[in-house]
Amino acid sequence: MSRIDSVFAALKANKKTALIPFITAGDPSLESTLPTMHALAKAGADVIELGVPFSDPMADGPVIQRSSERALAKGMSMRKVLATVAEFRKTNSATPVVLMGYANPIEAMGQAKFVDAAADAGIDGVLVVDYPPEEADDFAALLGRRGLAPIFLLAPTSTPERIAHVAKLARGYVYYVSLRGVTGAGNLDVSEVANNVAAIKAAVPVPVGVGFGIRDGATARKVAAVADAVVIGSALVQTMFDAPADEVAARAGAWLGKVRAALDA
Amino acid sequence: MKLYDLPDAQGHFGQYGGTFVAETLIQALDQLKAQYARYQHDPEFLAEFASELKYFVGRPSPVYHAKRWSEMLGGAQIYLKREDLNHTGAHKINNCIGQAMLAKRLGKPRVIAETGAGQHGVATATIAARYGLECVVYMGSEDIKRQAQNVYRMKLLGATVVPVESGSKTLKDALNEALRDWVTNVDNTFYIIGTVAGPHPYPMMVRDFQSVIGTECLTQMPEIAGRQPDAVIACVGGGSNAMGIFYPYIPYENTRLIGVEAAGEGIETGKHSASLTQGVPGVLHGNRTYLLQDEDGQIAETHSVSAGLDYPGVGPEHAYLKDIGRAEYVSITDDEALKAFHECCRIEGIIPALESSHAIAYATKLAPTMDKDKILLINLSGRGDKDMHTVSQRSGLSFYCHPECEQGRMSAQAAQGTTKPLVRQ
Repeated sequence: MSRIDSVFAALKANKKTALIPFITAGDPSLESTLPTMHALAKAGADVIELGVPFSDPMADGPVIQRSSERALAKGMSMRKVLATVAEFRKTNSATPVVLMGYANPIEAMGQAKFVDAAADAGIDGVLVVDYPPEEADDFAALLGRRGLAPIFLLAPTSTPERIAHVAKLARGYVYYVSLRGVTGAGNLDVSEVANNVAAIKAAVPVPVGVGFGIRDGATARKVAAVADAVVIGSALVQTMFDAPADEVAARAGAWLGKVRAALDA
Repeated sequence: MKLYDLPDAQGHFGQYGGTFVAETLIQALDQLKAQYARYQHDPEFLAEFASELKYFVGRPSPVYHAKRWSEMLGGAQIYLKREDLNHTGAHKINNCIGQAMLAKRLGKPRVIAETGAGQHGVATATIAARYGLECVVYMGSEDIKRQAQNVYRMKLLGATVVPVESGSKTLKDALNEALRDWVTNVDNTFYIIGTVAGPHPYPMMVRDFQSVIGTECLTQMPEIAGRQPDAVIACVGGGSNAMGIFYPYIPYENTRLIGVEAAGEGIETGKHSASLTQGVPGVLHGNRTYLLQDEDGQIAETHSVSAGLDYPGVGPEHAYLKDIGRAEYVSITDDEALKAFHECCRIEGIIPALESSHAIAYATKLAPTMDKDKILLINLSGRGDKDMHTVSQRSGLSFYCHPECEQGRMSAQAAQGTTKPLVRQ
């Protein structure tokens, strides 16, 4: 059983919802990423989504855009992201790490070469925002060969046919985008989310995580009532940016700890 | 004539093109694909499109024999397809009308667009005004500074111009921001992409709307020159004017298709926009194509004296035509384009856009190597009125304006340590 699958199986047995924080690798500094990952794991992160910064983050709102720009300005790259995860794995073999990003840095390395490097680094899943299922058959097969999970997005606008297509390719979990917009937007409609997630759960054999627009313990708790996992990104990235340089990891951990407590209450 | 039937149903031109977007945009693209498939061959739609092109744009645009210049060059005969004579001054309007007609039929009251130099923004604002649609144009804040006149033009036409502050603050970032708007407002908004890039069906649809350029040439060339040309030459940024004139000529195997990219300050300086000649395949803005990028797959910042060519990608069909060898792609520097610009003004009495000047510059290199009975057809894709500011600055001149503005400029120049002579108009 893969690391992601065991985590979700254990959570299900304990009737708990997975908490998945997202951070951009290399922001606010190259050195902050590794200690922050450890702090998040300690504070109750069940999976860590690590954003690979890209020059043209089309699906992201201002918070993640700025965060990617800062990370690139500091010199973050795909190779450094992989090296950071390899370092993380030296002391943490339990917390799954999912890379989230855009296609071109993967294309530049070559899909096959990237998949090998990601597997060797100890990465568990990959979510490529601009590889929708119709363009992802080959990539999903490559990931599968090395035991990595292709994670797909589903949206309020996804048709039953598309959900069925994703159901065939998806491993690990699927990521339901809870609103029409970019990451960090503010117009989350929880009852619409509940209806759509119920339909997706019925059709997809893997757990369903919900993200985009979740910003604190209260919204996380509402969404947790219907989802298998909540993904929380922009609010955490902003918290880290606002923290003094030597307190980034501690503040991130403390912030996530509060969300964890709200989820488990 | 060989059969050429691309893209396939998924929008692929060989390995290029496709639909590389977030799930949140798929439904809007599916809707657009279905709508376009419904109207693509619909006689009523096509008749309305033809009528708009005739009465609002002023088509067909003439093909003109640049006799004086051809004689001076002493080689092949140069013919210019005069897209500069269209309403709004460039080929962009052809595509905007087609897409705005689809927006009306989809019942979407709001259109958005990205723009670099502002030509596509002006064309979109123009047709939005005519159809009574709300219009929002995204434009990099750097481009807004460089193209103040076009910004004002869009505002006069009732559009809202939104400055984009992310990334390099230019065309590629404006495109990102327009995509973000579309994801958020997909229910009431139609995204009018200005070039043959983006996710399927845009590269195909924009090509189809622009192919009126080449289709007219197929009739006009035998009339004016007695036969089809030996080569068709067009500038390539995203590549819409080039696809528009190339596409109908693809089956004409004796006609070379030559795309001219911007070599900027010189390929060797790295400050250029020559995606096809210098880039490698990758994925950006919804399609797989040649991209200017670094080793890590980050998109490069590009340069060209003409804002319309200043883009790190290129339409996927050009990538395919390059790979199969049906089209050739070359590049022309800023200086070469400016030289051709001035020659075109002085020899033919036509002020060309700086973008089109790249195509003209290549023709002036190629023509003298060919016999006098050979024929080159150049797409003069736009007029140069918008470039007065850039050209005068490059010549070390500024225009006179009212005293307050003049004062501001003097102090700005003093701050930069430049005090160039002013010319009174």
